Amino acid sequence: MSNHFNEQYNQWKEQVKKTNERFKERKEEFLNKSDIEIDPLYVPKENQVNDDYVENIGFPGQYPFTRGIQPSMYRNRFWTMRQYAGFGSAKETNERFRYLLDQGQTGLSVAFDLPTQIGYDSDDLMSEGEVGKVGVAIDSLEDMETLLKGIPLDQVSTSMTINAPASVLLCMYIAVAEKQGVPKEKITGTIQNDILKEYIARGTYIYPPKASMRLITNIFEYCAQEVPKFNTISISGYHIREAGSTAVQEVAFTLANGMAYVDAAIERGLEVDQFATRLAFFFNAHNNFFEEAAKFRAARRIWAKLMKEKYQAQNEKSWRLRFHTQTGGSTLTAQQPDNNIVRVALQALSAVMGGTQSLHTNSRDEALALPTEDSARIALRTQQIIAHESGVADTVDPLAGSYYVEQLTDEIEQEVMSYLERIEEMGGAVKAVEEGYMQREIHQTAYETQKKIESQEEIIVGMNEFQIEEEVHEDLLRVDEQLEQDQVKQVENVRKSRDQSRVDQTLNELKEAAQHPNSNLMPYILNCVKVYATVGEICHVLRDEFGEYTGM
Amino acid sequence: MERKIRVLIAKPGLDGHDRGALVIAQALRDHGMEVIYTGLRQSPAQIAQAAIQEDVDVIGLSSLSGGHKTLFPKVVEALKEKGADDIPVVGGGVIPDEDIAFLEERGVQKVFTPGTPMTETVEFIKSCVRGDQIE
Repeated sequence: MSNHFNEQYNQWKEQVKKTNERFKERKEEFLNKSDIEIDPLYVPKENQVNDDYVENIGFPGQYPFTRGIQPSMYRNRFWTMRQYAGFGSAKETNERFRYLLDQGQTGLSVAFDLPTQIGYDSDDLMSEGEVGKVGVAIDSLEDMETLLKGIPLDQVSTSMTINAPASVLLCMYIAVAEKQGVPKEKITGTIQNDILKEYIARGTYIYPPKASMRLITNIFEYCAQEVPKFNTISISGYHIREAGSTAVQEVAFTLANGMAYVDAAIERGLEVDQFATRLAFFFNAHNNFFEEAAKFRAARRIWAKLMKEKYQAQNEKSWRLRFHTQTGGSTLTAQQPDNNIVRVALQALSAVMGGTQSLHTNSRDEALALPTEDSARIALRTQQIIAHESGVADTVDPLAGSYYVEQLTDEIEQEVMSYLERIEEMGGAVKAVEEGYMQREIHQTAYETQKKIESQEEIIVGMNEFQIEEEVHEDLLRVDEQLEQDQVKQVENVRKSRDQSRVDQTLNELKEAAQHPNSNLMPYILNCVKVYATVGEICHVLRDEFGEYTGM
Repeated sequence: MERKIRVLIAKPGLDGHDRGALVIAQALRDHGMEVIYTGLRQSPAQIAQAAIQEDVDVIGLSSLSGGHKTLFPKVVEALKEKGADDIPVVGGGVIPDEDIAFLEERGVQKVFTPGTPMTETVEFIKSCVRGDQIE
């Protein structure tokens, strides 16, 4: 067995050498303040190596990736610091983006308002009161041009939290890039595009499951050929956890959804390795530090096994679970909101210990409103302090080999696997969602949690213990109510100034294509957005064809 | 037999965060009330209509998207238009303190912000209904 260990170890050393040739390590030498040199990786002493280590833990950058997906992780490059932002108009959000980039943020993450996320224009009756509130309002390509103005799309990667209309917003992004002279083969980023968790936990669905799954596989197929560097989906446990699930349920339901997308794409005739390398994941980080760190390690191992063994993926990149993390919004308290800075720091640390590829840290005031610029800056600084001052990124997976963490990782894996088996018996994630199974499980946990908080079985500092007389929080970000009217005028102007006959024609072509289940809708949607058809108009065409999902 | 208190829990607007609404609905049921949950994306008019149809004693609105200043008063107005403004409306969600007075002036009886114990909401609803009975 130790032969096997040595073989893997040598292979890892080779991998690191290659990586270091491509990207230099962050420092010439990694020393702590006591001048002790920090190795890139610590492994068991030779007489302590056992089967379990070789098979279940192994080496970073190697199957089953328990210790991370890259051989030397943050020794070369920190995770991407990617703060989710967006509010009001495209112009205001563009200013916040440029501010964050100036402050050292390394990727963009766009929050869209609810009308955009549900496929309504700002002047739709359904949009009343919601325009620009939780994110930026995007009606047509014109808004997208404003949003991305002055941001070089060949250098910045952009994550877009968009699901039901993901195809429309991705097409707009492609169109803006092309106008900047950046071909679609070069753009990088992620669309969330994860409809199953919308039915389960987040609520911004439009069409019924079958049509939604078609749109998703259309995107997989189109991007595999045309936009190869874009992550076509971010399979999200984040919102499942926010809705109340446990850490185990978060991983289980997310991976079950992931399997449903893989199944759907294979059913459409794609080869697993054609699209699996572009699947990304998105997890939450709550307060129980070791549980969270172990959760990330377990998720990586389970997905690797599924992709290799169940789906027979050949490309090693298909086995790697790459993920973004956001700290837990539902753990933030409205009481003594500055305490949230500490919660966020602990949660962020667990994500880094768990090997995240990118990270959003929440702002202290998010239980009250959208973050102010000051709060957003502190949140970013929290990541920067972990990266540059704590030293935790100087060696790979420093928690490995802890009896506690390894056992916890194993137990989380077992619990997740029994959920996955149960869901498989029900006929897969789409079935389980349609039957409301996951929704019920999550709701039950949420209610139990609330009862524990009220009985003080769970202590939330500053909320049910250690309270103080509260001050009124005056320094909150307010979205100008005037914005909605301005945005309505703007979309009306776009409708007046564009070539309506081309809009009608492209929308008609989209309608026809939608009637043929084998057509890929992406090229049609791209044609629509280029002539300034709006998000609402495009989604209405598809609503007419596919119908609307109305919940359980 | 004493009639159970009937409550409509509703999500006005496009907000999809229903954890709080569902938890409150469950808590009210556990305290012996009958709860009708509208589901997501209800317009103020739909909510008023449902409240009348279901003959509820109280309406609980939930919004976490910042749309409360527009949407909550619209529910109160819609009730008025249908002559049902005797049904008290309470609200909850991510609502800054400074918006509470604004909402109360526009007919929202009470706003519950994050961290409110479920029992507080339950007691308030009971007192609302008792108050109505005295009138």
